[in-house]
Amino acid sequence: MSKPLKQIHLAAHFPGVNNTTVWSDPAAGSHIEFDSFVRFAQTAERAKFDFLFLAEGLRLREQGGKIYDLDVVGRPDTFTVLAALAAVTEHLGLTGTINSTFNEPYEVARQFAGLDHLSGGRSAWNVVTSWDAFTGENFRRGGFLPQTERYSRAKEFLATANELFDSWHGDEIVADQATGVFLRDAKAGAFVHSGQHFDIRGQFNVPRSPQGRPVIFQAGDSDEGREFAASSADAIFSRYATLEGGRAFYTDVKNRLAKYGRRHDELLILPAASFVLADTDEEAGELAKEVRRQQVSGATAIKHLEFVWNRDLSSYDPEGPLPDIDPDLSADHISKGRAQVRMYRDPLATAREWRELAAAHNWSIRDLVIETGNRQNFIGSPATVARTINEYVQADASDGFILVPHITPTGLDDFADKVVPLLQEQGVFRTDYEGPTLRHHLGLAHPDELRGEERAAS
Amino acid sequence: MSSTAPSHLHLAVALDGTGWHPASWREPVARPRDLFTAGYWADLVAEAERGLLDFVTLEDGLGLQSSHYGEPDDRTDQVRGRLDAVLIASRIAPLTRHIGLVPTVIATHTEPFHISKAIATLDYVSTGRAGLRVQITARPHEADHFGRRTFPPISLEELRTPAGQERLTELFDEAADYVEVVRRLWDSWEDGAEIRDAATGRFIDRDKLHYIDFEGKHFSVKGPSITPRPPQGQPLVTALAHQTVPYRLVARQADIGYVTPHDAEQARAIVAEIRAEQEAAARGDELLHVFGDLVVFLDDAQAAAEDRRARLDALAGESYTSDARVFAGTPSQLADLLQELAAEGLSGFRLRPAVAGHDLPAITQGLVPELQARGAFRTAYEADTLRGLLGLPRPASRYAAATA
Repeated sequence: MSKPLKQIHLAAHFPGVNNTTVWSDPAAGSHIEFDSFVRFAQTAERAKFDFLFLAEGLRLREQGGKIYDLDVVGRPDTFTVLAALAAVTEHLGLTGTINSTFNEPYEVARQFAGLDHLSGGRSAWNVVTSWDAFTGENFRRGGFLPQTERYSRAKEFLATANELFDSWHGDEIVADQATGVFLRDAKAGAFVHSGQHFDIRGQFNVPRSPQGRPVIFQAGDSDEGREFAASSADAIFSRYATLEGGRAFYTDVKNRLAKYGRRHDELLILPAASFVLADTDEEAGELAKEVRRQQVSGATAIKHLEFVWNRDLSSYDPEGPLPDIDPDLSADHISKGRAQVRMYRDPLATAREWRELAAAHNWSIRDLVIETGNRQNFIGSPATVARTINEYVQADASDGFILVPHITPTGLDDFADKVVPLLQEQGVFRTDYEGPTLRHHLGLAHPDELRGEERAAS
Repeated sequence: MSSTAPSHLHLAVALDGTGWHPASWREPVARPRDLFTAGYWADLVAEAERGLLDFVTLEDGLGLQSSHYGEPDDRTDQVRGRLDAVLIASRIAPLTRHIGLVPTVIATHTEPFHISKAIATLDYVSTGRAGLRVQITARPHEADHFGRRTFPPISLEELRTPAGQERLTELFDEAADYVEVVRRLWDSWEDGAEIRDAATGRFIDRDKLHYIDFEGKHFSVKGPSITPRPPQGQPLVTALAHQTVPYRLVARQADIGYVTPHDAEQARAIVAEIRAEQEAAARGDELLHVFGDLVVFLDDAQAAAEDRRARLDALAGESYTSDARVFAGTPSQLADLLQELAAEGLSGFRLRPAVAGHDLPAITQGLVPELQARGAFRTAYEADTLRGLLGLPRPASRYAAATA
């Protein structure tokens, strides 16, 4: 007896401001001109992808007190570029990362409800939190939070936004020109929210949007983040794209759903995944190594070593051995505005481990950073990559992937042209869109249906 | 630079729902059920672009529309609800090629950092046609939507008292700071900061990025922007002004001020006051447009326009009044009026169609040909950017001058 085949969900992550993105490649185009976004989004839509994904950062990164200049720097405003992309696509979902720390629920709810109207029901919100005073320096809120409060604020922010989305039910606008009744109810959009972080009341001024609420993504990985996702999200943007890591995460999070009265299929797990394609597996393997060297220049390798050592290592030769001195645990962190540096919880142990690795393999600093950093997730011929992705999804390592190409804006082309048709042949990926909204693409119920079920159950 | 002849007027249209008359939605052409769709706005802006207009503005607000200034009115017989104006502008940008897009932003409760990058991004997606119209709100119920400040009750009458003026001054000073931050952030990346230098591995020349280090009474903002300098360098900043306090904001921070003279004499006085404030702000050598705002009912016969106004007033149950002069007449009469007011120093007009579905096409298909026949309006778009259409040069970043 075999399970029915799961349908794979695929999304396209616009290449980001980190060293995954290879801007030095001759094929690399602009990261800010709208044409690049159009090209990228239209490729994703041609390939029948579920959605496009846009990240966000609200302060330029710094290292050693200076703006970090080795990666792509500069990006557009999330809402504005997604609204414009709604004009040049018809079906593609539009997912934006929006911070819950440096915004207010009324405004963000207006923007997502507006994006949902203007895209005909294709909006999604990746809810992230931040706590750092560094980013807060750009905002009137001055807003930064004790780390312990960031999820409580994020949860209340999302709950409040949902109250605003739900403050209109969808039947208020009559607009009867003959009788002169525009609104059925003078109190349409009325809300009161009184909580720890928000104390607001009044009337929301955007009528209910096609999807009711935007699709909600969550990206945090901590225990709190997983609970938040299990209680409140429609999908998780995770970082576990390996078979084993993916299955463990998948099982963990899906098992948390029951306590919130939710079914397994009400939360999708979509890891970020990079890929390298070539005609043969062997060629792809070679190309992947080449791309890794492009991603980690000598200068980049030194900067990444500084994440652990927390000192200025600019005098070291990237082709030479690792520093003998130990990481500086006393100073403020050398890197600001970057989440990944928190991975190194015990820098002394990491440094020791890396020195041993480098000595054992005779690696230079650059070799070490390349080898210990993120290798591409899927490397191979189109057939190999298609088969692997399908295996992972059928094995419940994920419900699909958010693909992160390393070239802007053409990095998705080969995947669209060569891998997608193979997945379609296997019957695990749509050959055309089956509905107008992102909820349709993701197989998620409209919030009204869920509310109806609650009512029926109570 | 613009090739607009000096005698040419600039024309913008202010879009708000189905039009500025509260009963406009009941006209057969109004499409009130489409108000929350992209197609509705796309059609209106396309019509404005066919008429070669300089730009459209889009109204916005952080609460439901109300016939009372300071509180909700609980009415169900008028259009209520609206979409974020920046998002509408952005949604329309890829569908148009020449016309400027100027959404309203509310300075009082929003973040200048977010708005700066939003308008910069609108400038990218429109390839140089973005602007903003900055507005304040003193309404207590809108403050309650944010819960960070409590505003006391207010009415239009109270705003005219000394205490009301003090409140307005405070809010406009905050708006001036807000625009200052938005503008500094636009300049915080010099042109050419992206270098992609393969030899050194540097994507940017960080010496061309600048902290703005703004510290004011209401907020401090560090910078630089996360968005590179927009195509126009400085997208357009505009504001509506009815009295000295906002005239000062226009003089200090704007590229265009919208004013509401009801006759030529008022127009002359307002322009003189703004020019004096402009000198006082040490901007005397900069091009600052002063546009007249007018609500228009336009028909081929004056009687038809007046009848239409009367019919809508009857539907609304009261006669329509406005801060701006309300005009009802023919394209030729309107052209006469615009030229008469322009002679007092107004360089253009922002027309508020009483019924968008009727009066916008009447502007583009009636008024525009009339002005063209008089040699007073362009016959083709002469520039690729909004600054270009308005004769405004593309400024260098203020920080480039400091480091040169």
